[in-house]
Amino acid sequence: MTLMTKFFGAAAAVALSAGAALADPGLIIDLGGKFDKSFNEAAYNGAKRWIEKTGGKYKETELQSEAQREQSMRRMAESGANPVVVLGFANASTLDKVAPDYPDTKFAIIDMVVDQPNVESIVFTEQEGSYLVGMLAGMASKTGTVSFVGGMDIPLIRRFACGYAQGVKAVNPKAKIIENMTGTTPAAWNDPVKGGEITRTQISQGSDVVYAAAGGTGVGVLQTAADEGILSIGVDSNQNYLHPGKVLTSMMKRVDNAVFDVFSKGVDNFEPGIKVLDLKANGVGYALDQYNEKLITPEMKAAVEAAKAAIIAGDIKVHDYMSDDSCPVETM
Amino acid sequence: MDTMPKWADVILIPLINLILALLVSGLVVLYIGENPIEAIGILLDGAVGSTRGWGYTLFYATNFIFTGLAVSVAFHARLFNIGGEGQAAIGGLGVALVSLSVNWPHWTVALPFAILGGAVFGAAWAAIPAYLQARRGSHIVITTIMFNFIASALLVYLLVNVLKVPGSMAPETAAFPKGAHLPNAYEVLGWFGIPFNKFAPLNIAFLLAVICCFGVWALIWRTRLGYEIRAYGHSEAAAVYAGIRPFRITMIAMLISGALAGLMGINAVMGEAERLVIDSVQGAGFVGIAVALMGRSHPLGVFLAAILFGILTQGGIELEFEIPAVSREMILVIQALVILFTGALENMVRMPVEKLFLRLKKKAG
Repeated sequence: MTLMTKFFGAAAAVALSAGAALADPGLIIDLGGKFDKSFNEAAYNGAKRWIEKTGGKYKETELQSEAQREQSMRRMAESGANPVVVLGFANASTLDKVAPDYPDTKFAIIDMVVDQPNVESIVFTEQEGSYLVGMLAGMASKTGTVSFVGGMDIPLIRRFACGYAQGVKAVNPKAKIIENMTGTTPAAWNDPVKGGEITRTQISQGSDVVYAAAGGTGVGVLQTAADEGILSIGVDSNQNYLHPGKVLTSMMKRVDNAVFDVFSKGVDNFEPGIKVLDLKANGVGYALDQYNEKLITPEMKAAVEAAKAAIIAGDIKVHDYMSDDSCPVETM
Repeated sequence: MDTMPKWADVILIPLINLILALLVSGLVVLYIGENPIEAIGILLDGAVGSTRGWGYTLFYATNFIFTGLAVSVAFHARLFNIGGEGQAAIGGLGVALVSLSVNWPHWTVALPFAILGGAVFGAAWAAIPAYLQARRGSHIVITTIMFNFIASALLVYLLVNVLKVPGSMAPETAAFPKGAHLPNAYEVLGWFGIPFNKFAPLNIAFLLAVICCFGVWALIWRTRLGYEIRAYGHSEAAAVYAGIRPFRITMIAMLISGALAGLMGINAVMGEAERLVIDSVQGAGFVGIAVALMGRSHPLGVFLAAILFGILTQGGIELEFEIPAVSREMILVIQALVILFTGALENMVRMPVEKLFLRLKKKAG
């Protein structure tokens, strides 16, 4: 093992001197943990799929604190990793500072736009995916009250909430939507206990479908929903399998595809600039598999598929919260 | 105390403790199926094997010198200041407010004000527990710990609601103006033509830390106030009998302690991040306690212990990067073992060594 590491190290050094053509890609995992069953894990799965497909290897590091971002990013760039995928909006200001110092390293940041010549910014249209799962929630709800648990209270998460609310209202204009955020700091991405508490409160207010857009916190939301016998909606990764028959669907945000794509394209085919992964590009969507097929009736599926086609065709415009920092649909 | 020569007390015993700690750490590394020799090689190479490594090691060491000195000064008055973490965080806030308040023309102008800001904020955060201790008898260990939590909650509130850049999603302040940029090691050594890693965060705050070491030494052993602090620390009753007022000494010792912790912000906030983020202290306040214990509350000891912990921190990060099986928690275990052996299990080594020296003395005499 150690011999192999040394061998690969030497090979990487040779490759570096030969113009960094054969460098390993790198992945910097955000706060909240690699196995959060959601955002970070989706990225990890994308990297894993790339390994299985190409037999290559990649470098990975996991952030442990806010103050550590810069050192991790520089360390990754200096280790010769190329391209480097940086997960999460919170890295934007650090990447903006670090990227110009390593002009030969290609960076890709997910969920945020960084305007540098060697950075590819990958953003998703979360409002569209959330709209679809919102429709499903509206149709599945018997009480007419559904709820939303966000992670950290930032515009990005409000974009999820707003898309969700629009979807619910589209199928049930009289529906009540309860919206809560877990916290205001990155700690809110990994607080399943608080997520569960919020869910319990929402249930007491009548909610019978809860949508979690909260990273690792969502695990607690889904668990509580399953315990209390209501339906839940997962996020980012397909979380249907966590509680078979109790998770209505998952809003898939294909971070795994984004990571896989950047890794596969490598340095030579790297495309700087903004890349929007929307419904049309299969960047977002809803999950349907053997775990939730009994929960989604053919009528529900038909309605959602119709809306999906309409959004792709441009006939339905889902309002983006981040475009004007407001949501046309009332939530509480 | 005089059973052994001073060098044995200051250098030999910590060294034996350190070796024991590393041996046990080696067993832990072996247990998870990695090669301990290789691990220690990566650790040392990552910490001191390159100018980049040195740049990070000494940067972390600078943090630990400030917090270590802070704990030491309070120790001399027999006050256990556990609040270095909170005082450093609030000191960082002071540094950030000063740096952001004016569009500074040059760092030489900004630095004195930033030092003042960090010191005053840090001292103010220590003043409340000090007052409660001196006047109400509320135990300083408890109150300073609680103030760490208050500081962290206060910073979160300010960063999320007040200081955040409008439109940004990350809880952090705007970047400091260019004039508040402290020269880093690359620039400073560049003036003398010495090459150094361009991006390592080591900056002139290190020199400030060295000056503080000297200042604390002069204060404790060369001034009347230092004498009073030490006298009070050795025996409160005797100190009172000699006309030393406990309230005054408690307040002054804690204010100096808090100010030193607050100065850490010069290094971490102004020198490195150049903006204030949540958790800029990264546990340095607690490492400072270990540094002060290991350094026997003497500035030279604190300086050496801080560099050791700087090596462990930076080397640990490298180790985690190079061997994925060694997680962040493993590095904590290694650091904890060093603290355990140098602090708690100190007498385990001290007694046999003392006996050895006694025997040697008898033979010689």
